Amino acid sequence: MKNILILGAGTAGTLIANKLRKRLSKREWSITIVDENKEHYYQPGFLFIPFGIYNQNDVIKPKAKFIPKGVDFIYSQIDKILPQENKVLIAEGKRELKYDFLIIATGTRIAPEETPGLLGELWHKDIFDFYTVEGAVALAERLKSFNGGKLVVNITELPFKCPVAPLEFIFLADTYFKKRGIRDQVELTLVTPLPGAFTKPIATKMLSGLMEEKNIKIIPDFNIAEVDNQAKKILDYEEKAVEFDILVTIPTNKGADMIERSSMGDDLNFVPTDKHTLQAVGHKNIFVLGDAANLPTSKAGSVAHFAADFLEENLMSAIKGEPLKAKFDGHANCYIVTSYSKGTLIDFNYETEPLPGRYPYWIGPFGLLKDTRLNYFGKLFFKWMYWNLLLRGHHLPVTSHMSMCCKERPE
Amino acid sequence: MAQKEFAGHMVDVNEEGYFTNPQQWNKEIAAAIAKEEGLELSDKHYAIIEFLRNRFISGEALSIRSINKSGIVDVKEFYALFPGAPLKKSTKIAGIPKPSSCI
Repeated sequence: MKNILILGAGTAGTLIANKLRKRLSKREWSITIVDENKEHYYQPGFLFIPFGIYNQNDVIKPKAKFIPKGVDFIYSQIDKILPQENKVLIAEGKRELKYDFLIIATGTRIAPEETPGLLGELWHKDIFDFYTVEGAVALAERLKSFNGGKLVVNITELPFKCPVAPLEFIFLADTYFKKRGIRDQVELTLVTPLPGAFTKPIATKMLSGLMEEKNIKIIPDFNIAEVDNQAKKILDYEEKAVEFDILVTIPTNKGADMIERSSMGDDLNFVPTDKHTLQAVGHKNIFVLGDAANLPTSKAGSVAHFAADFLEENLMSAIKGEPLKAKFDGHANCYIVTSYSKGTLIDFNYETEPLPGRYPYWIGPFGLLKDTRLNYFGKLFFKWMYWNLLLRGHHLPVTSHMSMCCKERPE
Repeated sequence: MAQKEFAGHMVDVNEEGYFTNPQQWNKEIAAAIAKEEGLELSDKHYAIIEFLRNRFISGEALSIRSINKSGIVDVKEFYALFPGAPLKKSTKIAGIPKPSSCI
């Protein structure tokens, strides 16, 4: 019996396990998935925890619930991949798993240790992340007793997962303080290495406009070098300083340490991956799905979902020894909440920046780059779609490649 | 898209002044652009520029982190060589597109 081995049972690993179990004959192929955590996190929900909109229970479910029958689920640390020998060592090297094909889906983690001073005395006291449940919950506590001052959101470096999350956070913070009646006592600032609120011009214009309306300052071109815990300042490499009372940091994002141990990653432990076929560069029987890859598109659940279709087809071709024909276009989409009741939506790929229009059909119902109540509802409803459809490998009623249907290029 | 003259050569640039055709670059042009940015290029500047061009050609991302690992300069030196927004400045002078974060 031949084996497909999947490393990581997060969004990407789980959905591909479901798709492949449906596609491959149980007589010929065993499928194994390995992860050291038993809990599955709905990461898009972390954003809502600091503001009391969700709590921990809304975002955590057991991973086992979503792994289909006929897939062996092994709870274990992953030590390293030995690609020349077609095997993976797990359980600190004490056990080995052989594979015919390997899918790396080990995701991305925050690495605050990369910035001097970030994991200092103020960590989870006045400096918080919201990319972990612990960080988000600690921040929720701290915000309750925050009555005014400087709240700074800082993006350390690119790439990082969920590129819209810092914007969503600061938009929600604006509404949160307005509801508490203390918005005038709070100075909200986004400090970013980007030259603006976002990277692509059309979306940047729309998002910067919203930031200005909501009196949120942007300090662009800021590459953080260190945190001064005594003076409560962040400093860039030219010693430009920004003071804070609370710092919400999006730390450096890195791929799994296991990738480094396997000598298969770039300087941030992301696996060099063919952006169209999703094969690991230099490895014919290894594919990469989700945040673990170094694709030139967002690190986002939607990308893993769309890429999975292309990976599945290419894996089938690889199994038959045929050339890989399916070409992933880097399709990504993201809801961006802009308050407690409205949101916008962006849809794009490697070639095409986010454009205004309607999604997914002419009748929408979602407005691209428009600030609407329905988009906010879409974001919240997506949680149901995630647990019930997406994770189980079901098709959502949208194209996997980005469609130019229903998009307009502004003059 | 527009055309601009540097050191007697006509090059194609976008609205922000970045090269749309990196093949049109040479060292004299680099010096001319640098002068406009208020900089005089030393050997160290050229070493970084070469590093950036090579990375661009091989399709790798350009970032502060990659500069730090370049073995040519560390980040502080990079800022000293191209003050202000060093990635933006150095890529302009190197005749390659502004690092587009494919975010």
